[in-house]
This record gives sequence, structure tokens and C-alpha cells, in this order.
Amino acid sequence: MKWEVVMGLEVHVELATKTKIFCSCTTEFGGEPNTHCCPVCTGMPGTLPVFNRQVLEYAVRAGLALNCDITRYNKFDRKNYFYPDLPKAYQISQLYLPFAQNGHVDLKLKSGKTSQIRIHEIHMEEDAGKLVHSAYDDSTYLDYNRCGIPLIEIVSEPDFREAEEVTAYLSKLKSVFEYLGISDCRMEEGSMRADVNLSVRPEGSTEFGTRTEMKNINSLRAIERAIAYESKRQIELIEDGGKVVQETRRWDDAKGESYAMRSKENAQDYRYFPEPDIPPLSISEEEIQHYIDITPEFADAKAERFMKDFGLSEEDADIIAASKNLAYIFEETVKLCDSPSEVRFWIMSQVLYYANEKNLDLEKLSISPEKFAEFVKFITGGKVTRQAGKQVFEQLMFGGTDFDVAAYIKENELEAVEDTGLIDSTVKAVIDANPKAVEQYKGGGTKIMGFFVGQVMKQLKGKADPAAVNKAVLDALEKL
Amino acid sequence: MTITKEIVEYAAALSRLKLDDAETEDMQKQMSAIVDYMDVLNKLDTENVEPLSHVFSISNVMREDEVVPSYDREALLDNAPERNEECFVVPKTVE
Ligand SMILES: [Zn+2]
Repeated sequence: MKWEVVMGLEVHVELATKTKIFCSCTTEFGGEPNTHCCPVCTGMPGTLPVFNRQVLEYAVRAGLALNCDITRYNKFDRKNYFYPDLPKAYQISQLYLPFAQNGHVDLKLKSGKTSQIRIHEIHMEEDAGKLVHSAYDDSTYLDYNRCGIPLIEIVSEPDFREAEEVTAYLSKLKSVFEYLGISDCRMEEGSMRADVNLSVRPEGSTEFGTRTEMKNINSLRAIERAIAYESKRQIELIEDGGKVVQETRRWDDAKGESYAMRSKENAQDYRYFPEPDIPPLSISEEEIQHYIDITPEFADAKAERFMKDFGLSEEDADIIAASKNLAYIFEETVKLCDSPSEVRFWIMSQVLYYANEKNLDLEKLSISPEKFAEFVKFITGGKVTRQAGKQVFEQLMFGGTDFDVAAYIKENELEAVEDTGLIDSTVKAVIDANPKAVEQYKGGGTKIMGFFVGQVMKQLKGKADPAAVNKAVLDALEKL
Repeated sequence: MTITKEIVEYAAALSRLKLDDAETEDMQKQMSAIVDYMDVLNKLDTENVEPLSHVFSISNVMREDEVVPSYDREALLDNAPERNEECFVVPKTVE
């Protein structure tokens, strides 16, 4: 039988406000345990939480960007549960009136296919603290630095059918929120977390199967693996005559498997009721219009423009535009040097190479467009070859703010060899030193050309224009 | 709605409270009295009344997003039944 996988996502995103949602403690990452805390966020009796104005702006702008209807009159609700990650024994959340509803996200998949994922709702809530379970005694240690960080939870409809849609969706949320500047969406640091609800059903069926919820997935790669694992597990279970049990499962990325959390942890009876500490929030039409007016250009529109104005391929344009920072570096550099294809070349080859190699967050890269443009002019002007340029570019990326492009090229003698006399004499020396290769060439082995060019480039430390060397080698061989 | 012994035990379990038989019986009476009073309230006609979301008719009580130095950790931890130098400590929540 053919099976169809049906998934829905619950994505938690930490908002990049300076302070927590209900108190003025800093949201800064890290810090000694319990040093970003106060009586409010540690749940001391008698304290009164007060809502952070910035949270509402960020939340509403996220909702608008995901094409949602914005709730004009917002309320909070109290979600009761007894677990020490929330010291109050409840979480302030939104159940009855989430601030955004009925949105959608359009996705572009690798095959060129498009798909649309509907957003059921988005609500605001507070994050929980960190629990450290001791390996040495019967204790759990609590750090409430993250407790009270503002979150939005984006609940999708069960519209996902394959893992690629899930990763494309998460990448799109990351891109949109970075453009809005409302979150850095770093899965590894937990500022974006995804829970995947997954069920399987015979292809063609319209009924949903029993679903499981997978928690604790903290990278796109892990999500792909978790989805593959869980779909296979459910299909095999059903084909063997078993039944899927509705349960919460924890993904263990190191082991590459998920396991069911004990039923006690599964017990869900949150006894929601209206939150008495937080008065309702109303949002005016003027505010909403203002947020619409200041909406930035998002990745899709930017990619279109990069293709049209700078002649980028669709693939390159999508990659560069998906990152707010990369798009900024690209566009500002192009403005200064007017060589989009050369700028594109260095971004697509070197920047992405290092980002991948060193696992860098593209949003945190700092490359000065002024220096990048200065560098590009050396290349396009034939003053430095691309080969020698790689060394300069590495410094441009990692050499710090004091890096001086021109001085570095001069100090390291990376200027292109323009002296045709030097190129010619190097060619002659290489030919003289390799009589066997010359014989091969004469015998019709034209492939040996590459060897000569390579040798000459090596002797000239990659600093000669490869086209000029090619021509010099050819001329010299023909004259023999 | 009658508050049964099972309901009291369930509510106690959700709150991680351990009640003995006498306490359970007492709670059953107290909770029944509260819920019975709701029946009195339910007699009111609320057909055209908006559900109350807050006891005062106020809204948009917000603060600016400005960091205030956090509390002295010692003072916070001092309130805990159990603690170490930097953390609150509770009985282990996983096995
Ligand atoms: Zn606080």
C-alpha cells in the first residue's frame, strides 16, 4: 500500500526584545544561572507582571507578514501545569483569542513546485526556564534566565506532506523574521524550535490517522531525520497490524531515534482560564496600518529584483535574498563597484564555502561592502587574479575591521603578473624542464596543455591571468 | 455538578498535592459549596452580556522595553526551600 505522510507544525520563536515579556530583566543570551531574574520571572508570590509594549509590535508584524487576520482585542489566558520549568506553576499564554489567525505561507520547493501552508493561529506566551537534571544526585537544578522571554507560537494546519516542505517553511519563517528584525531564529540556540505532529494514512484517504508529536528537534537536518524515522515507524507499525498511539515523543538526534515520553509527562489538562494579571490589549487600525507601511522587502520580492536588475540566476538570487545580511552585503557592494556578477561569484563561492565549513550564521557575518567593492575592483581591473584573490578574500571575511585590502595585496605581493616578459620566460623554463610532456604534445596530446598552464601558474603563485598564460603556452608550443 | 471524591483526587494529583482521607472529604465539601454557588450565578440571564475578561475596565497596560538591572541572585535564592550557590533545586523531575 502507498502511504501519505501528514504533518502539522508548532513553531516557537523567541522575539528579539531587550527585556522579558512581563518584567524588565534582560533577554541577553547566556549569563550566570539566575542572574537575569527578578521576583516576577521567578514567580514570587505577590508580584505583578506588566506586559512589554515591544512584544505586541513584533508579534503583530509577524502575523501580518504571514498573511494573518490580526485580532484587534487581545486577551491572555492562564495555562496551568505543574512542572518546575515555570516557577508560577502556570504559563501566561493565549488560548481563546490568539492575536493572529488564518494566515498562509507560500513555499518554493527545489523541484520548482510551489506549495501553500495555512497558518491556523499565532499566539503570544512566555518561555520556560532551563532544567538541569543532575547525574550525581536526585536533584534537578533550575536556571530561570530564559524564563519569561517573549515567544510567539505559530500553529500551522496539517498541510505538510513531505520533509522538504517542512524545512522550506522553517527557512522561510527564519528569513521573514530576520527581515522584520524580530528574531534571530537560531535553532541551535533554541530561539526557534519546532514540534512536528505527524500521522500517516493510505494515499487517497481523507481521514487523518492517529498522530504523534515530536519535540526537541533543534536543526533542519535533525527535523528531516526525525520525520523520516517517525513516518517509517508508523507505517511499519500499521503494516504489522499494530496501532499508532497518540503520544509525545522525544527525538534523540545522537541516537537517530525517537522515544515515547512517559504518560505522566503526557498528561494534558491545562485548566485554562482568563489571566487576571494582564488587562486586555487592543490594537488600533492606525497601528496596524503603520506596521503595514513599514513592512520591508522580503526575500521573494528581493530575489525577483536581483534577477531582473543584476542578471542573477533564480537559484543564486533565492540563496542570496533569503538572508537579510547576505542580500545587504551583495546589494551595497554592487552599488559601489557595479560588477554584480563578480560580487555574486565571491558570495556564492567563498562566503558560502566558509559559512558551511565553519558553520557560521550568515546573519552574523560582517563584511564591509566598501572593502568588498575595493577588492572586486582589483579583480575586475585585472590587478589581482581570482586565484590569488581567494587569499585576500579570506582576510576580507575574517581579518577584522582594520583589514586594509590594498596594503594586504601589496605586502603579500599578490598583484597579478602583467609583465609578459616574465610570463614568457616562465613558460620557456617550464617547457625546457619537461621534454617528455613536449613530446606528448607533439604526438597530438593536446590535453597536456593543462599541465603546462598549471605549472606556469604554480611558478607564478597563481598571480598571472590564466587566459594570458594559456595563450603564451600555446604560442610557445606552436613555435617549437 | 457534583464534586466527587475522584474529582478532588484528580485535582490534587494535577497540583501534586497529597491529601489524606479527612482532607479529601473536607475538600469535597468546600469545592461542592463553591460549585453550587456557580449554579446560583447561572440563574442570571447573561444572554446579552459580553464575557468578562478583566475585573476592571482597563486595557493596554504596558511598559517600555527598557532593561532594568536584575535582582540580586542571593536574595532570590534565599526564598527557596532548597538551593545551591547558583540554582533553585527541586527533586529530580526525570528518572
Ligand atoms: Zn524578571
